[in-house]
Amino acid sequence: MMSFIHKRIKQKIAFSFFGLVSLIVVGILFVILGFIIFRGISVINWGFLTQMPEEGMTKGGIFPAIVGTLCLIGGSMIFAFPIGVLSAIYLNEYLKETWLKKFMRSMTNNLAGIPSIVFGLFGMALFVNKLKFGDSILAGSLTLGLLALPVIIRTTEEALKSVPDHLRIGSYALGATKLQTIRRVVLPIAAPNIITGLILSISRVSGETAPILFTVAAYFLPKLPHSMFDQAMALPYHLYVLTTSGTNMEASRPMAYGTAFVLIMIVLIANLLANAFRRYFGKRNKMN
Amino acid sequence: MNRKRLKIFEKVFGVVLFSSSTVTSLTVLFIIVFLFNEGIGLFNSTPVEKKYQFIVSNNNTVKELSSKQLKDIFNYDITNWKQLGGSNDSILLFTINDLSTYFTDDELGANFEYLPSKINELIKKNPGILAYLSDKYVPEHLEGHVIPLTKISIKDFVTGTEWYPTSEPAPQFGVLPLILGTLWVSFGAILIALPLGLATAIFMAEVASQRLRNILKPVIELLAGIPSVVYGFFGLVVLVPLIQQLFNLPVGETALAGSIILGIMALPTIITVSEDALRTTPTSLKEASLALGATRWQTITRVTVPYARSGITAASILGIGRAVGETMAVLMVTGNAGVIPHTFLQPVRTIPATIAAELGESSYGGLHFKALFALGILLFLITLIINTSVELIKSRKRS
Amino acid sequence: MTTTETINTPHVSHMHKVETFKAEAKGVNLYYKDFHALKDISLPIKTNQVTALIGPSGCGKSTFLRLFNRMNDLIDGVKITGEVMLEEQNIYRKGIVVDELRKSVGMVFQKPNPFPKSIYENVAYGLRVNGYDHKDSIDEIVERSLKQAALWDEVKDKLKKSAYELSGGQQQRLCIARALAIEPSLILMDEPASALDPLSTAKIEDLIYELKNKYTIIIVTHNMQQAGRVSDYTAFFYLGELIEYDKTKTMFINPQNIKTQNYITGRFG
Ligand SMILES: Nc1ncnc2c1ncn2[C@@H]1O[C@H](COP(=O)(O)OP(=O)(O)OP(=O)(O)O)[C@@H](O)[C@H]1O
Ligand SMILES: [Mg+2]
Repeated sequence: MMSFIHKRIKQKIAFSFFGLVSLIVVGILFVILGFIIFRGISVINWGFLTQMPEEGMTKGGIFPAIVGTLCLIGGSMIFAFPIGVLSAIYLNEYLKETWLKKFMRSMTNNLAGIPSIVFGLFGMALFVNKLKFGDSILAGSLTLGLLALPVIIRTTEEALKSVPDHLRIGSYALGATKLQTIRRVVLPIAAPNIITGLILSISRVSGETAPILFTVAAYFLPKLPHSMFDQAMALPYHLYVLTTSGTNMEASRPMAYGTAFVLIMIVLIANLLANAFRRYFGKRNKMN
Repeated sequence: MNRKRLKIFEKVFGVVLFSSSTVTSLTVLFIIVFLFNEGIGLFNSTPVEKKYQFIVSNNNTVKELSSKQLKDIFNYDITNWKQLGGSNDSILLFTINDLSTYFTDDELGANFEYLPSKINELIKKNPGILAYLSDKYVPEHLEGHVIPLTKISIKDFVTGTEWYPTSEPAPQFGVLPLILGTLWVSFGAILIALPLGLATAIFMAEVASQRLRNILKPVIELLAGIPSVVYGFFGLVVLVPLIQQLFNLPVGETALAGSIILGIMALPTIITVSEDALRTTPTSLKEASLALGATRWQTITRVTVPYARSGITAASILGIGRAVGETMAVLMVTGNAGVIPHTFLQPVRTIPATIAAELGESSYGGLHFKALFALGILLFLITLIINTSVELIKSRKRS
Repeated sequence: MTTTETINTPHVSHMHKVETFKAEAKGVNLYYKDFHALKDISLPIKTNQVTALIGPSGCGKSTFLRLFNRMNDLIDGVKITGEVMLEEQNIYRKGIVVDELRKSVGMVFQKPNPFPKSIYENVAYGLRVNGYDHKDSIDEIVERSLKQAALWDEVKDKLKKSAYELSGGQQQRLCIARALAIEPSLILMDEPASALDPLSTAKIEDLIYELKNKYTIIIVTHNMQQAGRVSDYTAFFYLGELIEYDKTKTMFINPQNIKTQNYITGRFG
């Protein structure tokens, strides 16, 4: 009898402990988010978002960094999104279970596991030096794009897999070709999840620092880029610079908080958006 | 007609699809090629800039000098040729700056026209001399000989205990402290993240209600989405001062700070992967256990977790991988001292942080630059091993 | 309790009119969220008898079976009203300890589901989780249970081998041995032979016939012949309702309800 009570008490203790740990994990998130939002929000105003940095980055705004990051997002996605989606379609809809598929899949997995600093090295060696793009938005975008590629491929593949096979077969039965089936049946159903993947990879790309260190990022450049061969500032690198190597680190603290706040907001909004998207379309698809 | 056009279009589309997938696959190969292309040159090259020479007396029997030995000589840790396997002569270090201690301006001539002969004289007179000279000062009819320097080998690179890539005259490219620093910090991170992550995964997979899970899931995703600079920033302004105060340290930038931040960053990976693994445990096994009177907790420890063991292993390895490759956060909070770590309260420097911190300062194509790419290769190989072992574990599980 | 000699066959036991109920459902309703899966079911489970639950797929047999060890509790959104008695106690009353209840009710599942452990550890599992850790007595119980499950002779030399090295039929008997080890007073079997070949099925059926001496058994089956062979009583479920309950012989020869008749004769289901 003792042991019965004993094992139940054990379970109570274990479950409470695990609940507590989960609470701690949630707590960690809220502490980090809360801290940055709390410190950052007072810095944020229209001027901060739209002005050039001044006086050794202790005054003014972060406008060029925002523009730079937007350019990088745009540049990397123009390149990575189509290639990623097409690759996923090829992997999931065209390839049979052959060595080629295994090889491509394992390469994609490997690519996803490569540290971002290695992407930075590669980008520098290939785009900046070999192809002579120099430190430029183009080189940075391509580097970031490669980094986002496996993310997009993976989410797209999942989206495609969630389309039930009987719909494809039904379409073939009506005489549709493979391409028609993909375009009219598969993609429309998979689209919301593919877009979710796009949003999440944008969020990822906007926060990456290591890949842009040597491919695009400018320490301080109080003007906007004019072409894709220009250097640019970027939010994550700006935050890094402000916290570790500014001329007057104490004085640029508020700016750092503001920059961190903007970064966090991008991630937060992207995640909320992705979740809302998933939920909304998930429901709609179920109803059809 | 229309049908035919459609056919052609299908073909073209197929080619486009194939090329896209190829880009992805080739990228990995390209990365390997380029890293090697830039980094491999480090090996088998002389550790000193080309235009300088080391000259010894003709009687000197020492065959060659390594970069490490040079450094020790310049630091006066080695003072006699005997220590290097030569004759019993104390080492007389001579650089161009020492000129005035040996010769007056008159002796050298107004335009240094007597310099070569004077240097020859000096070399002849001092059997223990080691002259470090720029090419242009080396006499034409040298009375001594140039001592060759040991080429940098992969073994020295991996086992060398000192990383002073810019030190003069002999840079040190030993990455052992960086490897150990990386492992040290990652190990600490996994020590923190594994229990927390596993407990959370078990809670989410086995204990929490559906509704609670729906709250936890986005939280974990968000944790994974926060950029690493933001983690680094948070670590720097909150954690580092905290550690400094708590342990009463001169600086708070320590391995501990790195491990904590990396631990938090590895949490989402560990939680998601092990939760997925826990979910693969068949319901029928769990039900069988419960039907025998086991509590849910007993079922978890005796059935669910053992069943998911390989998945949990994969999760920990992936977590380590995440920690090993992480750059910015570590760079910002670990203090970046390139010494072999002994405690968690010391500053350490990791491989990625080293690359990030130094590549900007290294000159393109120089030894330092190459060494950083060699570090990149090392990092790539480590993550390759990690990924491959995860795939192996997964495929073994499937069979 | 009945004495053993009176129940050599179901026939005899009935003649003696043994009316102690091992278990009983009293006006049970069960809902999966909004779905009404069991509708006002009242059914006695007679001691040391085999009660078969039959009916078309999805009619609620498994759901009803799982009432008796409260396995339905594990599913989110399940709501249960009414009473389920086991040994005169309502097992859904407040304060009941579910894992203790489950210890006194054994369950055998449709597909053999041994743990990925050794044969020995599979049988010992129930003992260990319930706090027995006396090595000698565990050895004894493992042997006894395997003998009861008619498996001992086949496995006695490889007790330390993985249970997955056994054939499907052997695995299922191992699962029965596993359930027997904790000496349940009621055994629930959910289509225990449906995943097995005819020979293994016959073995399981023989086994059920043996076990009846000591245990009360409820068995879900889709196989009418099987129900006829092994059970003393049969309950026919249809769309969550209990349509008919009677002695198996009676029901199979002379079903009262047209639905029962159609089902038994294979006209639907
Ligand atoms: N977890 C669940 N959630 C919701 N509905 C369920 C669940 N389990 C069963 N049901 C529904 O309850 C009804 C009864 O299911 P049950 O499994 O008891 O049927 P059954 O008679 O055992 O069928 P079968 O012969 O196919 O095993 C079915 O309509 C089923 O769809
Ligand atoms: Mg069933």
